[in-house]
Amino acid sequence: MKKNTEQLELEFQEKIDNEIKIEPKDWMPDAYRKNLIRQISQHAHSEVIGMQPEGNWITRAPSLRAKKILLAKIQDEGGHGLYLYSAAETLGVSRDTFLQWLHQGKAKYSSIFNYPTLNWADMGAIGWLVDGAAIVNQVSLQKTSYGPYSRAMVRICKEESFHQRQGYEIMTKMARGTKEQKQMAQDALNRFWWPALMMFGPHDSDSAHSSQSLKWKIKRESNDTLRQRFIDKTVPQAELIGLTVPDPDLELQPNGSYKTGEINWDEFWNVVKGNGPCNKQRLAHHKKAHDEGRWVREACLAFAEH
Amino acid sequence: MKTKDNQGPLWEVFTQKKQGQPFRHSGSVHAYDKTLAIEAARDLFTRRNEGTGLWVVKSEFIIDVQPEEADSFFEPAKDKIYRHPTFYDMPDGVKNM
Repeated sequence: MKKNTEQLELEFQEKIDNEIKIEPKDWMPDAYRKNLIRQISQHAHSEVIGMQPEGNWITRAPSLRAKKILLAKIQDEGGHGLYLYSAAETLGVSRDTFLQWLHQGKAKYSSIFNYPTLNWADMGAIGWLVDGAAIVNQVSLQKTSYGPYSRAMVRICKEESFHQRQGYEIMTKMARGTKEQKQMAQDALNRFWWPALMMFGPHDSDSAHSSQSLKWKIKRESNDTLRQRFIDKTVPQAELIGLTVPDPDLELQPNGSYKTGEINWDEFWNVVKGNGPCNKQRLAHHKKAHDEGRWVREACLAFAEH
Repeated sequence: MKTKDNQGPLWEVFTQKKQGQPFRHSGSVHAYDKTLAIEAARDLFTRRNEGTGLWVVKSEFIIDVQPEEADSFFEPAKDKIYRHPTFYDMPDGVKNM
């Protein structure tokens, strides 16, 4: 006998409440599927677009060691994009469609990658702050309710921890280097600190998707909770290497947690809407690479069918 | 699943971490043929020495149990608790059993 939607929804929520993972062929509410498609594809696009700001420094890395590490890290980001696209595809949307949505501006990626990478210390700041923020978010997402997404997160978290450490190593070296090098490190921290905090998204009170996502356990913790965790881990790391977090209102509270100044949300929404320093460049580059690779895909397909 | 896609068909990837261990499902890749599939699987899933063995198989060849049939499909195993060693009454003091 066919169950009605109400019954199916009840059973679905019961599974979620009991921490039973949802798998691709299980029944799920349409809104759950849509929400996941949006979130996972956005996450995948972020990994892939995130290769660009760092790619900018491969040919200018200061040593062979630094260059090898940077290449390995960027290759990881590409790999993480592939894990996530695969997870998103299990929801019934093809890889090509995801790329189409990205190119049409229907799908977003993390705004942090719309900021330029101006000096070598930016490679340090990205690994330390951007990957650091991503790790806080992804550790929490390992327990997300959708099986394929959760498994992708577990793999990604295992690989990400080297990313953060390599970034912090770069920052440490520069902070302990010449006066100019220390200045570059501080400059990178100044530019990436606030955008890194914005990576966690709007405040809980202003977050459109949050409450339903938490009920369905797509997200396990709120934007503000995760942001605070990142702040509390990161401020002492800055102090340890003699750098200053660019926030005059930063204050250590008796409970060991840091109070920060208010984030500039106008800047956040402006970049989300496409007006950040590099939005157009990032998307144009992705389209170009995709278009210029078309003949390779077609040749491979023709060869395989031959 | 719609695969009208010019990324090539989907392949499931199984890796063996160490000699003697079972192969486990790692994830999937798009690739145009078996040579490209196994190379892509290597690059994607064994970058940190996680492989001594690797299998790829086209996803369309995987046969699975539909979730709505799973209950009845696995039902025969549910009432055979005598297959487990803890089912049996053992006299006190028995050793090496």
